[in-house]
Parts: sequence; C-alpha cells; structure tokens
Amino acid sequence: MSEYVLEMRNITKTFPGVKALDNVQLKVRPGTVHALMGENGAGKSTLMKCLFGIYRQDSGEVLLDGNPVKINSAREAMDNGIAMIHQELHPIRFRSVMENVWLGRFPGLMGVVDHKAMYDKTKELFEDLGLSVDPLALAGEQSAAILQMMEIARAVSINAKIIIMDEPTSSLSDREVDFLFRIISRLREEGRAIIYISHKMKEILQIADEVSIMRDGQYVGTWPALGLTTEEIIRQMVGREMTNQFPPRTGAPSDEIVLSVRNLSSPLKKSFQDVSFDLRKGEILGIGGLVGAQRTEFVEALFGLRSIESGAVTKDGKAYRARSPRDAKAHGFALLTEERRATGIFGILPILENTVIANQKNYARMGVLDERRRVREADAGCKGLNVKTPSLNTLIQDLSGGNQQKVLIARWLLTNSDILILDEPTRGIDVGAKYEIYNIMLQQVNQGKSIIMISSEMPELMGMSDRIVVMCEGRVTGILEKGQYSQEEIMRLATMFAGPRKNAEDHPAAD
Amino acid sequence: MAEKHIARSKYDRFFFIAGLAVLVLGVVLKLCQSMPAFRRIYDLPVFLMLIGAVTALKGFLAFSKHHEGTVVLSRKTFGAFLTNNAILLAMLVLVVIICILQPRFMQIRVALDILTQSSTRLIIALGICFTLLIAGTDLSAGRMVGFAAVISASMMQTATYSNRFFPDLPQIGVWIPIIAAIAACMVFGALNGFLVAKYDMHPFIATLAVQVIIYGTCSLYFDMPPNNSQPIGGVRPEFAALGQMRIFAGNGFQGISILIPIAVVICVIIWFILNKTVFGKNVYAIGGNREAAVVAGINVFACIMCIFILASCLYGIAGVLEAARTAGATNNYGNGYELDAIAACVVGGVSLNGGIGKVSGIVSGVLIFTVIQYGLQFINVSPMWQQVIKGVIIAVAVAIDLTKYRRK
Repeated sequence: MSEYVLEMRNITKTFPGVKALDNVQLKVRPGTVHALMGENGAGKSTLMKCLFGIYRQDSGEVLLDGNPVKINSAREAMDNGIAMIHQELHPIRFRSVMENVWLGRFPGLMGVVDHKAMYDKTKELFEDLGLSVDPLALAGEQSAAILQMMEIARAVSINAKIIIMDEPTSSLSDREVDFLFRIISRLREEGRAIIYISHKMKEILQIADEVSIMRDGQYVGTWPALGLTTEEIIRQMVGREMTNQFPPRTGAPSDEIVLSVRNLSSPLKKSFQDVSFDLRKGEILGIGGLVGAQRTEFVEALFGLRSIESGAVTKDGKAYRARSPRDAKAHGFALLTEERRATGIFGILPILENTVIANQKNYARMGVLDERRRVREADAGCKGLNVKTPSLNTLIQDLSGGNQQKVLIARWLLTNSDILILDEPTRGIDVGAKYEIYNIMLQQVNQGKSIIMISSEMPELMGMSDRIVVMCEGRVTGILEKGQYSQEEIMRLATMFAGPRKNAEDHPAAD
Repeated sequence: MAEKHIARSKYDRFFFIAGLAVLVLGVVLKLCQSMPAFRRIYDLPVFLMLIGAVTALKGFLAFSKHHEGTVVLSRKTFGAFLTNNAILLAMLVLVVIICILQPRFMQIRVALDILTQSSTRLIIALGICFTLLIAGTDLSAGRMVGFAAVISASMMQTATYSNRFFPDLPQIGVWIPIIAAIAACMVFGALNGFLVAKYDMHPFIATLAVQVIIYGTCSLYFDMPPNNSQPIGGVRPEFAALGQMRIFAGNGFQGISILIPIAVVICVIIWFILNKTVFGKNVYAIGGNREAAVVAGINVFACIMCIFILASCLYGIAGVLEAARTAGATNNYGNGYELDAIAACVVGGVSLNGGIGKVSGIVSGVLIFTVIQYGLQFINVSPMWQQVIKGVIIAVAVAIDLTKYRRK
C-alpha cells in the first residue's frame, strides 16, 4: 500500500488562450483532511475537475493507492472511490431525499426499483452519520446543510476513499458548520481522505491536517497545518511579483462625486448589506473580494436587476433608484455583466445587432430604424475598440472571448453612459486583449467617465483601480486608497469574516 | 468532385445566360404550342419564361453590382447546398413527378389556386412566427381565426336572409365588423401576452388556456338566440367580395384572387417590422438571449405584449378573410390551424429555440405545404396518405435543419 491514497503528478491543462494548470502536483494521505487553497482562478477547481473526470488533463498522471488510473467521467471517478461535493448543490427538488442519494444506482432488479431496500439503506446511512432526516422527504424542502449531508451520505454509500468538498461551509450557519466538522472528523477516522477547498482561514486551521497552496495555475507547496498561520497562508497565496501588464495611468480622478451609495442593503440577509462608498468623476473604483462576497449582486442591484430594501443612492446630486435596467440606462449607467455568454451576448445574432442593441431607440424615428446610421455607428464603435472580425455580419459567437467583450463594451459606449460598471471585464480573455481593454478603460475615465470594476484578479484590481472597495460576505470591510493597498491587506479584508458571522449592528459601515 | 474556384462575376454571368436560355426556350415552346404534339404541355412555356426571366434578372443584378471574390464549387459546398435547400428540392422533384403523371398540373390556374390557398395560411403563420421567435408558441391562433370569422359574419348578413344572427341590425358599413372582429382577437392576444409577460408563464400553457377560453366564448356567442348554433350564412356580397373577388379577370383568364395581394401586402409589412424596426430587432434579441436583452435595457414586458397582440391581429385578419371567402362561419372555423402554421414555420427554418427565422423562410414553408397537399390531391393520393406524407415532411425537414446547426 502506498503512502498516499491519491497522487496527482505534473498535471497540465490548457484552455484556449489560458494555461489553467501548469505542472501541478497534489499528494493526499489516507485518513487526513487536506486543504487546497488559492485565490480565485488559481486552478483549484480545474485540478479537482481533472481528478473527477469532468476535464481531461493535457498531460500528467493520477495515481490511486500508487496505481496509475485514467478517469474519463464522473461515473468512472465514483467507481474509483472518488466523490465530489460541489459548492452549489443541484438536487432533484421534487424527488425524495433517498432517491437523490441513490440516483443512478437505484437498488433493484431488472430496472424495477426496490423502494423498501432503498429506504432501509438510506435510513442506515443517515443513522450512521447521526442524521435525523426522513428519507422520503422532498429534497427541495431541505436546508443547504441537509443537502450537503445528503451528498456526504451519497459519498459514503459508494464507499468513497477520497471525498472532495468545494467550499462546503459557504452557505452554512455556525452550528451547521460544527456538525459538518464532526462528520468530517468521523470520515477521517474511518480512513477516508478529504480534499477540502475553502477560503476561510479559521476553518482550515481548525480542521485540516495538511495544506496545499496553488497560485496562478501552479503548485506552490504543501505544509502541515499545525504551525501554519493565516498570514503565512495569505503570503503564499498571493506571493507573486507584479509585472508591467497595465498601461500607465495618465490623469487623475477629480474631486467631484458623481455617485454616492449609502447603507444599501438587499432584502436577502445573505446578500449585500449596508454598502456605502462614493464614486468620483474620472475614477476607476475597484471592488475586490472572494467568490461569494456579493459584489455582483450589489452592482446588479445598482443597475436595477435586483431589489433593494434600504439605503440611498445619489447620482449627480439627485436621488436615484433603478427599478429596471431600462431605468438605469436612462440614468447613464452601463453594466458589463460577469457571465458574458449567459447575460451579455446574443450568440446567434450578428455583431451589428449585438453592438447597437442597447442604443436602438436613438437610431429610430417612430420605431423605424435608420439602417445606415446603425451600421455606421456600429462600425465606428467596433473599429474604435479594435474588434477583430471579418465583417459586422459575422455572428458574435464566432468571435474570441476578447473580441466578444470588446463588442459588449462598444455596445455600452454607444449609449454614452457616464458610469460604467464592469463585472470581471477580463475574465477568460487572453493577455493581449486584456491590455486593450485596460486602455479602453483609461481612455474612458480620461474623458470624464467613471468606472466601477469588479475584479477577482488581484494584479488587475491593484493595477487598474484608483481606489479599492473590499467586500466580504456582503459587507464593505474596507476602502483602500491608491498607494495604501497591498495584496496581503486586501486578502485580509476579503477574508475578514472567516469566523462566526457578525451582525449588522456590531459592524459599523466602513466609510 | 474536385474543388473548383470560379470568379463571382463569372458565376453571376452564368446565371444571367442560363436564365436567358430558359426564357428563350419558353418562348420557342410557346410558339410551337399550336402544333398538336405540344398541346399537352399546357402552360409550361409561360412557367419557363417566368423562371428564366427571374433567374436572368437576378444574375444581371448580381453581375451589375460587381461583387468581388470567388465561388467555390466542391463536394462540400454542394452538400451544404443540398442540406440547406433539401425541402425545396424535394418539393421540386415532387412537382416534376406530378407534372409527368398529370400534365394538367402545369397550368397558371393551378399555380394561382395554390397561391390563393396559401394566402390565409401565410397570414396566420406570419402571426405565429413572432411567438416562435421568442421561443414561445401560440396555441390559440386557430380559435382566434374562428372567433373573428363568426363575429364578422354575424354582422354581415343580408337584410332579406331568413335566419339572421341580429335580426334588427341595419346594413352597417363593412369595416365595422372587420374592426370589431380584429379588436376582439386583440383583446385575447393581450391576455396571452399578459399571462406570458407578467407571470412568466410558458406560452404553451398560457395560450392553451386562452385557446379554450376563446372557443368557449365563441360558442356562447354562436349559441345566442335566435341563432342557437346554426351555421351563419346569407353573407352580404360586398363582404364576401373581400375573399372571393378576382382582379384582372376576363378574356378567358379567371383572374387573380384578392387574397393573394392582401397576403403579399401583409408579408411586406411583417418583413418590414421584423427587419427595419426597433420592435423587430427586440423580438430577435429576446429570442436570442432573454437575460441579455433585459440587461441591455429592452422593455421585455412591452415587447412580449406587442408580440401577442400583433399576432392576434393577424389571426383576426385571417379569420375575417376566411369568413368572406367561404361566405359563412361556424364556431369550428380555424380548428387546428395553429399546428399547420407552426409546422409551416418550422419547415421554413424558424427555430423553436427562438431567435432564428426569416419571412422568406415562412413563405416557402407555407408554399411547400400547400403545393404538396394540392399536388397529392391532384394525382388522387388518398387523404390518409396525405396525412402520413405531411408528418414525414415535418420530421425530415426539421431533422435536416438541425444537422445544419450541429455541424458548427
């Protein structure tokens, strides 16, 4: 028997234009909790997806108990004793808990399901885990914690030797976290290995035996958790050098405040709460934070896509509250969404239509479009941003990600908005196109526009922002002036509530 | 087949010359027609002249624009041509077979009959295509046609007719019942739109519910005393003329049904709306990616309302025309028309996933169905077999259409 239950050696995985994993290794001992850490985009999820058969690595090998294996699908992964509990659980809501546990492996004979056996087995599993849930209850009615336990029960039922947990505590209360940790300890005692992905330092130091850290698709190192400190982990996670990948910032923001947000709160308690900041004319305001910091939800609310419960927004001295994106657009807002494919592009439509769609009314008289003007402005817009395409009639889905993004920016520049909200503007884009988009951003602020930029890429956030608002679990944990911020400081603020969640009362608005 | 590159200008010139040749062939045949051997070709020369003239004109226009580039002729482009036009080609083959079996098919009269029969179907299909373009559907179309037919016919009976729907109704202007019928449909269209836009209901369910409501309403109206569900007849001639009038008749020529120009005008209007207006562009955008449309600031609610109201307006027009054409109406008019219209749209390349569809495609979809139906009747294929063939066409057409997208 090998010392390690799992060894991943020299794993490399490239996506078009991006090297997601570069010679990564991971060694996990049986009966341990192995924390896998890194910033957003460090490659943790990609590595786990390679292990779980969702992606196929370009090179490198995976060894289970010292034997090389090839895993081509989630099914094969499970047959090899690997189970994965995803961050977002998608149970079949209208079926029972037990059916969800045994999905794909229903006990029975020749296609006839033996419900009695399924019930008994589920009951036994749940009792083993100390879980008191009726196997016949509907999955959709269960809390996130119960669903997670259900997934763990599923993992135990396939007798998994390796259980991957991706941010398992992101939607759990403190008491539920305690319960989860008790179960994890149990699984560890049974000799199973847990790969635990989390950003929460306290949890890691509490539950993990070993910690592996990744950065920018590369393996940094593995340390025993005993003796590690939060500061050390952060230093290893962000410890990269800044290179000259940003155009020089000419000009500076004025003192004029164009947008001021005061104590803005979502009706959902888990979403953004009590957000306050000012945006100046000609400023690039970065919003930093980890996945789940509710940054996207916040800017979507600002743009009228989500409801706001309380708080005030003032734009150009006047009270502003968007009820719909149309409203926001009329007030001079533009939003470049995070999910380009889902909420940005019209894939089956040509570039022309994609460029002018938000500004259509200005090209029409009594609803009838001026075709020449449409083409002229779309052409000028796309050329101005250096969109590389054979013609305006090319379908946007045939362009590269960077060019699609430029078309979307052109779309919003045509509307002449004065506040551009860019949500992860360079996600999934190659380096060259990134630089062009940075240039466009600087050009716009120099023309007196203001930009709010959400970015999960630390260098981009620090390289482009005039100021940085850091959010953690829906709250602003700090606003850093240029020259004041460091990666460590941002990371500290972004992971501030690693411990028990604070209430709004004892957390004063950071302003 | 080896790959062959041909200059675009040469390619266009080929069409021009080929078109001219067909035109000349037609003229020659026409001149020869006095000979007994050529008697049985009927109007073939006229068709040849028309086809030749159109091809030559297209070639000439393309040629005179001086397009750059080359046209590639290879096995691949040939295959693409086949799949892109598979149904049209199949229809052509069928037409040739019918012409050989039954040469009387080659008559101007037959062609005009086909166009006339296609007219109301086309109007309904153009209405339904809007709802398909936003990845929806409209099951209430057929019942709306029936409703409009009953309303308009009920108010348009001659004063002397014994069984009048409204015995005391004076001879009102023709436009009043037309507007009433269309407005009644638009009310239900607005209901469709409201259910879909406001409650985010799937159009299938919303329009299914409305379909049932309309049929009930229509039947209640139809059952009002003194009519008591009797078929409505005795329609005034000036109303019937809307669907029966023939223009350019005389001199042995039976004339062109008024329905054809009406359908053409509506076709042009719909084409204009879809391609040249903000509303039309928004329809494609919502169908292409609804979430992105919301983010882009499109008023999705208003747009969906407009779609269903506009569609119901077209069904209303079709209903009035049906009542006029048949000079009567019952509450069962229009039953099942929506499925024929959806089938024609889909065969014409409208994607049920939304966002894809052209007016030209819908026109050819409707024509294909009518040609095949008319042609099969012409060579005495049993109606039962016609149903089977129709179903096969729908399945094959859509299968071919989908492989076209899958290749990407």
